[in-house]
Amino acid sequence: MTAIAVDHLHKSYGDVRAVDGVTFEVKTAEIFGMVGPNGAGKTTTIECLEGLRRPEKGRMSVLGLDPRRQGYELRERIGVQLQESSLPDRLKVDEAMGLFAAFYRRSADSKALLEQLGLAEKSGAAFSKLSGGQKQRLFIALALINDPEIVFLDELTTGLDPQARRAMWDLVKGVRDRGKTVFLTTHYMEEAEELCDRVAIIDHGKIVALDTPRNLVASLQAENRIVFSVEGTVDLAPFRAIQGVTHVEHSGGRIIIFGREDGLLVRVVTALDSAKIRFRDLRTEQPNLEDVFLALTGKEMRD
Amino acid sequence: MRGLWKLIGVQMKLYLREPTATFFTIAFAPMCLLIFGTIYGNKPEAFFGGRGMVDISVPSYIAMIVISVGFMGIPIATAASREAGVLRRFRMTPLNPAAYILSNISSYYVMTAVGVAALVLVGKAVYGMKFQGNVLSVWAGFTLGSLAFFSLGYLVASIASTARIAQAIGMIAAFPMMFLSGSAIPLEVLPHSVRNVSRFIPLTHVVTLMRGLWAGESWLKHQTEAAVLGGVLVAGIILSARFFRWE
Repeated sequence: MTAIAVDHLHKSYGDVRAVDGVTFEVKTAEIFGMVGPNGAGKTTTIECLEGLRRPEKGRMSVLGLDPRRQGYELRERIGVQLQESSLPDRLKVDEAMGLFAAFYRRSADSKALLEQLGLAEKSGAAFSKLSGGQKQRLFIALALINDPEIVFLDELTTGLDPQARRAMWDLVKGVRDRGKTVFLTTHYMEEAEELCDRVAIIDHGKIVALDTPRNLVASLQAENRIVFSVEGTVDLAPFRAIQGVTHVEHSGGRIIIFGREDGLLVRVVTALDSAKIRFRDLRTEQPNLEDVFLALTGKEMRD
Repeated sequence: MRGLWKLIGVQMKLYLREPTATFFTIAFAPMCLLIFGTIYGNKPEAFFGGRGMVDISVPSYIAMIVISVGFMGIPIATAASREAGVLRRFRMTPLNPAAYILSNISSYYVMTAVGVAALVLVGKAVYGMKFQGNVLSVWAGFTLGSLAFFSLGYLVASIASTARIAQAIGMIAAFPMMFLSGSAIPLEVLPHSVRNVSRFIPLTHVVTLMRGLWAGESWLKHQTEAAVLGGVLVAGIILSARFFRWE
């Protein structure tokens, strides 16, 4: 089942092509992520799908509806968390929930939502008194108040601490497990990798790759890296001889061993031990979406 | 229009939680009345056609409440909501934009009416103010005047790009109007040269209409005022609908 279909979407602001011929489909009950640096066109895409912006060209279908012409019907069935929005300063959390619930034909249990988002004890607090993370969680709760079929989340964990971010991921996965579709944007590669069933990598308004995070990483055919620090000079030859090692780098007291096979780590540690080499800070680095982005665009993806 | 009543209720609650807005809408005019009433009393004066200072101030002050809500309350609050992204968030719900505006206007209208009621109450209770008009007729005049000025308020909010600019435009427009229209100072006290200017100020028509209806005059005698305020209302609605921005 297709929840969202987008065909050659174009949107420019003046001379800037924010979205430049984007095509993709989102399946029902998947978490679909759009990842890319700030200004890549993520928010413009999501806002076109929400009916907030009008694309110049291209076709969109969300739950079989046209966001431009059937906006009201669509908004009844989707939930939206905007990257930039606000509520009246003196509106209390429970009042906001009650008010927004009144706008929809269907509504979810607002108490349970606040509980789930850790806002239960804040229900009497005014919006302006909430912390950044609490505001963010309230907006997520409001996005779920109508028990929507699709939830749009634009940069959902911006401003959250790592712990709150993990909790948010669990929540989003729970939403998906209840059969809802999630469309999210993020500029955190780690978030996309951890959370999304499928990821579209977008840069300069164009989708440069679209697949599951695992397939995207696998497509790199990149090697795992084992990194550690040593003191003094070390003979690298024994490491080069290890089965599965493709090459070894040594710079500034740090040794990086590149290889692809399973069991590489055990063999490297055994070699270190038998050569009686003292080492520190040993860690392994797997290729991740960050590397995929680098390989595809030739640049680092930084906040 | 689902959620409309709920939204009206919430908007009024929010209004009452803003001390400045509540003060200027509900307390300011009765306070002025008490101050000037204490200074001048309410003795009938031939100069005011046999009425006292309070008798003519109450209908005039209604215009003052109307303009402070229309030119300061509405533009600032609306532009600030837009600037912060509150309007954007409401737009993402199935709530009809017209319902949002309607709820907004309703809450302002009710709060303004409460301010008028407080003013009348003080006038009656403290100064035994004279009222020779028809309540329904006065209410209709108040409604026409307030809606006309509210529509101008939304127009200011539509034109101003930020809340600060909305505040500046609102204040600059409101204060001269307040003093030149006869709402703060009776027109009779103003020199002729100033009264010639007053004729071109829309708020003067609210003052004239309210004072007339208050004294029991008929609408037929105030066709000019009715026409001007009706025109302002229609123009305000058309222009603000044309220029209103949600973000």
